Amino acid sequence: MTHHQLTENGQLKHFLTIEGLKRDLLTEIMDRAEQFSSISVRQVKKVPLLRGKTIMNLFFENSTRTRTTFELAAKRLSADVMNLNINTSATSKGESLLDTLHNLQAMHTDMFVVRHSQSGAAEFIAQHVAPHVSVINAGDGCHAHPTQAMLDMFTIRRHKQYFPDLRVAIVGDILHSRVARSQIQALSTLGVGEIRVIGPKTLLPANSQTLGVHVYHDMAAGLQDVDVIITLRLQFERMQGALLPSANEYFASYGLTEDKLKLAKPDAIVMHPGPINRGVEIASTVADGPQSVILEQVTHGIAVRMAVMSMALGSRSEQQETSA
Amino acid sequence: MTTPIEHIDIAQTLQSMAEDIRISLGGKQPLLIGIHSGGVWVAKALAEILGADFFDSTLGTLNIAYYRDDFTRIGMHPQVTPSDLPFAVDDRQLLLVDDVLHSGRTVRAALNEIFDYGRPAAVTLAVLIERDGRELPIQPDIVGQTIELTQNQQIKLINNPGLELELKDHEGPA
Repeated sequence: MTHHQLTENGQLKHFLTIEGLKRDLLTEIMDRAEQFSSISVRQVKKVPLLRGKTIMNLFFENSTRTRTTFELAAKRLSADVMNLNINTSATSKGESLLDTLHNLQAMHTDMFVVRHSQSGAAEFIAQHVAPHVSVINAGDGCHAHPTQAMLDMFTIRRHKQYFPDLRVAIVGDILHSRVARSQIQALSTLGVGEIRVIGPKTLLPANSQTLGVHVYHDMAAGLQDVDVIITLRLQFERMQGALLPSANEYFASYGLTEDKLKLAKPDAIVMHPGPINRGVEIASTVADGPQSVILEQVTHGIAVRMAVMSMALGSRSEQQETSA
Repeated sequence: MTTPIEHIDIAQTLQSMAEDIRISLGGKQPLLIGIHSGGVWVAKALAEILGADFFDSTLGTLNIAYYRDDFTRIGMHPQVTPSDLPFAVDDRQLLLVDDVLHSGRTVRAALNEIFDYGRPAAVTLAVLIERDGRELPIQPDIVGQTIELTQNQQIKLINNPGLELELKDHEGPA
């Protein structure tokens, strides 16, 4: 069961999963991100909105992009941010997760940004923090990565605007991908016309159809006339046993090449949450080509995380009339 | 002197503010900045009276939502139109415009935001309505009307689409 991530008046308190959130809230996140993106191009890339707030990035699993953009987002809002790489820290000395958490909370932390290899870790932490503390899920196991999904939605909206008209294909390792799960939930909440997943049987969840998506095992058929192609990284670190013959064979069947890209609409955009494996799930010519928005996704990650952080920390009380 | 609110003629008030601005800033190539949303309306009206050549650029707009001092108490504003200053403020004479000067906190926030864009030579503050209840040492340079209200009264500029003043009573502390 999903921990209640909203306050009584429907505002974001934690951000753990896209599941169960209404379209209005996802739209609000994108609207606020749009407003925050202007700050990053100013001379002083900083506003004092979260001045005096303490944010801890708790990363139990490696990350460069996500951790950096969360850190930058917090800093551009003037929060004090700490990065804790827990693998090298107290838990390796035998301290339990809850003990670590309670110690960090005793330092008057206002928000935890959590990445963990176990599904449900962020929610577990949200259940055990003090009432004033917010928790943002920065990726938990194969479960969810909601801020990644929202920055992807934001990127799509920048290029395509009207979600119901769109056909979106997600290609690759859906089975192990928390990104894909969150994306599918966000795309369907936003009313996208058709969501397709494309991949070998071994990398698609057994219940794919029940997610409300169309399943393709053939790239050529699946890419036909799509507006957005999201390629996913092959997550070798989460694979147990022989799910794939080899990276080369995978590229031959499911790697996004220029030829395969031609099957999509001429103005289709190509996305990838990173890090990319060139020549495995995507050809360099496509990743660096004119239809790729991969680096834009990274830029948008900052504004989307600023939006989510400020919404969660600003949801304490009822809105009031403000004085002039 | 205070004027009863029902006797305030906004068009005439704007005319006399424009004259004051012409006298104090004429020849200084000022840049115009309005504070969302009422200040932007007033700034637009002033620019119209003063003519296209008076200001050195199109109107700049500030939204001080990210600079407020009450975020912890009241959280995010529902909708925020981003600030837009289509010019460099460094070494320039600025005219900062708001509709109502009350506590002074909005102007404090606006000044902080302006200084995140650069270092202006001078900032002149013009307000349509100056009311009592200052909480900070901030005073206007150019004033349309000065009024006194009780603590529970709030005066607000609305665009309907013509500019009108609205007086509201509210219960308890603001």
